Amino acid sequence: MTVLGGLCLWLAFLLGVWGALAGFVGGRSGRRDLEQSARHAVFAMCAALWVAVAALEWALFHHDFNVEYVASYTSRNLPIFYTWSALYAGQKGSLLFWASVLSLFGSLAMVLTARRHRALLPYVAGVVCTVATFFVSVMLFAQANPFHRLGYTPLDGSGLNPQLQNPGMVFHPPMLYLGYISITIPFAFAMAALLSKRLDVDWLVAIRKWTLLSWLFLSVGICLGMWWAYVELGWGGYWAWDPVENASLLPWLTMTAFLHSVMIQEKRGMLKKWNLALIIGSWLLSIFGTFITRSGVISSVHSFTQSNVGYFFLFFLIAAAIASFTVYARRLPLLTAETRLESMVSREASFLFNNLLFVGIAFSVLWGTLFPILSELVQGTKVTVGPPFFNQVNIPLGLALLALTGIGPLIAWRRASLPNLQRQFAVPVTVGGFAALVLLVGGMRDLYALMAIALGAFVAATVVQEFARGARARHRQYGEAYLLALGRLLGRNRRRYGGYIVHTGMVVLFIAFAGMAFKTETEATLRPGESAVLKSPYGWTYTFTHLGVSQYDALNRQVTAATLEIARDGKRLGVLTTEKRQHVDGLGRPTFQPSTEVGIRSDLREDLYIVLAGLVNGTEQAVFRFTINPLVWWVWYGGMVVALGGLIVMWPGGGSPAVKRSQPGYAVRLVGEQ
Amino acid sequence: MTDSRTVGRSDCSRRAFFGLVGSVLLSDGPTVRQSVDSLPGTGPSGKLWDPSRAGRPFEPVRAADNDVAIQAIEKQIHCTCGCNLDIYTCRTTDFTCGTSPAMHRRVVALAEQGKSAQQILDAFVQQSGVAILMAPPKRGFNLAGYFVPSVLILAAGVVLSLVLRRWSRAAAPAAPAIPAPEIPASPDELERLRRELERLSV
Repeated sequence: MTVLGGLCLWLAFLLGVWGALAGFVGGRSGRRDLEQSARHAVFAMCAALWVAVAALEWALFHHDFNVEYVASYTSRNLPIFYTWSALYAGQKGSLLFWASVLSLFGSLAMVLTARRHRALLPYVAGVVCTVATFFVSVMLFAQANPFHRLGYTPLDGSGLNPQLQNPGMVFHPPMLYLGYISITIPFAFAMAALLSKRLDVDWLVAIRKWTLLSWLFLSVGICLGMWWAYVELGWGGYWAWDPVENASLLPWLTMTAFLHSVMIQEKRGMLKKWNLALIIGSWLLSIFGTFITRSGVISSVHSFTQSNVGYFFLFFLIAAAIASFTVYARRLPLLTAETRLESMVSREASFLFNNLLFVGIAFSVLWGTLFPILSELVQGTKVTVGPPFFNQVNIPLGLALLALTGIGPLIAWRRASLPNLQRQFAVPVTVGGFAALVLLVGGMRDLYALMAIALGAFVAATVVQEFARGARARHRQYGEAYLLALGRLLGRNRRRYGGYIVHTGMVVLFIAFAGMAFKTETEATLRPGESAVLKSPYGWTYTFTHLGVSQYDALNRQVTAATLEIARDGKRLGVLTTEKRQHVDGLGRPTFQPSTEVGIRSDLREDLYIVLAGLVNGTEQAVFRFTINPLVWWVWYGGMVVALGGLIVMWPGGGSPAVKRSQPGYAVRLVGEQ
Repeated sequence: MTDSRTVGRSDCSRRAFFGLVGSVLLSDGPTVRQSVDSLPGTGPSGKLWDPSRAGRPFEPVRAADNDVAIQAIEKQIHCTCGCNLDIYTCRTTDFTCGTSPAMHRRVVALAEQGKSAQQILDAFVQQSGVAILMAPPKRGFNLAGYFVPSVLILAAGVVLSLVLRRWSRAAAPAAPAIPAPEIPASPDELERLRRELERLSV
């Protein structure tokens, strides 16, 4: 099977080269046979790559330790769940996964948009084949072939890194990959529109939907990554501004900017140049993220082993940036706006400022991530840019963005009058101000946390006001009951009200982030029966009583578990267990350093987070770290709300923008204007 | 091979066995008394079956480990083990790391010598360079690191405002040029429609 896998890689490479050539030449010359051939090349490449994936999975499940990749990332006693996920646990396998998923997305794009975007498809096939071929060529020519065989066959493999043996890691990397990879499709449509000079409104449909899909995958992937970091790594937080985390945030920020500014293009025919630049930029940032993760150029806890694939990615990144922006620059004269902005006080203007902040934050994150390299180049000194730097620069920007999240929907399209502004802002500003006052009176003195909660209340009030007014209008117009009116409002204006749900999710996330300002922690050494006490930010007193340590064997690990009884203000809440795990291979040999499993008790208000640091002199006397993290549960809840809102926005139906623009009320017109 | 002399032999004598059964039948309390070691809070800690499974042995926590001032200093110093974390986060997260506990001990030792937070940071910088700090010091080229994003965003905001103002001014005289359509509605009705549209902001 692995021989078949290797052959499939070569076949995919040849098909990719042909597909790229046929796509670009066919699109330019209009030869139908070449166009068809390019389309078929995408399908054939997809089939070849998925056979290669099947071959690698076969080797993983059959413990073919003669294959270097299998020996490096699995062992005989690795649970099946994680044996499957070993496919993308290492550099080589993840490259295969990337190329396979891209070819699958490319095939889906060919099938789903065959009629509507026929003229664009040859170029789309060309771009998809070029990018997928690049990934295959990295595997073949950069010593990253997942089917590479060893000169001997080990008795057992090294096993999977214990930190990757967590359910979060089974879902988090694929979600992030799906987000990164699917950005190629809107990029391919954007390049196709530029190359074919078909820069009308219709191509926006394809780009917007695929961008939404990427954005949704990336949002879920980032949230799952935060959850994994929180429950598995044991440092008591979920975001550390690590370069690899930053790399996933960058395209998310630019795509979010696009999803706002694309509305202006649809409704007013403006910002065509800007929107195309955002799509190209988002794709380049996704490749940049891949480069960061795989090159080892910037130190990160998440990086793959350093290898020479970084040079391939750097070359591809530079070549792709030059090629795409050259095409973009040549088509700029065709990207003129159909209308002009009419007032500074309009939704268009607020969206432009929102875009400025999204791109500004993306720039500041990129700047901070690359600053160590820049510093070394300019002053010959390497510096470290950690959370203090990123927090200092990005928290104020994030709060400004949160404010605009509320302001944008309150301002009318085209031109807002003073009475309109007064009517729209009165309730939300009052709610936000009242929240700030309550917090100040309640003794909150952390400025950023206070602002986050007050602005969150302001944005939440705007969302409630929008839903209430819409439901009331339907109730008056159609006589619908309020609940029914609310449902129909959401169902018939999915983009608008789904977007408001996403805003609600962001509010929840910001308030949850603010909660971390009140984190409390302590370390303690306890003998069985001894207790440690920690005050919660809510004023409660938690007592942690060490009950004892037990040791036992599990499937692929030797466990040392410490159990603690938890009481809040003297009332028993239950017990929590935190573990040390020594993973072993099938022969009982230790494979990695002992890892830590955190004990977490979560409720809506706060998390109790207990880590067994170690044991004193081989006795049950244990060193623990106790942390109380307020509002963490709301991070996961906020992520779910964001994903739900994204799904509602994405839900199919509603027709193309071209059709919508011809409908009354879609394209924005002022009263008295035809 | 099994020693045949030990097969079937119990560690408990017949008298002790009957004594135990009798006490079980007569008593209404707990039937088996736990060893002193395993009773919470009553004695020294029990020995682990296999200490090597639990990672490296640990020292008991000292007051300095929980000192907020020490922690604040440690959060500004980069652990050199390659983890990309600060000393405090690393030593309380990666319990296999030997570097961050050693750096922590150095911070504590310097603090016990009466050195201020800045002096402790300076001592680390003197030894390892500015890369030891979690954020670059605000001087020289590093100022660009802190201020370039903010300055650029502010500059872009100003430019955007000016451009928008120009556009909106250019659009203002053009607005009356749009021919007013013949709408069969009274001014009152039009005003009502305008108010409704504004209210719904569609």
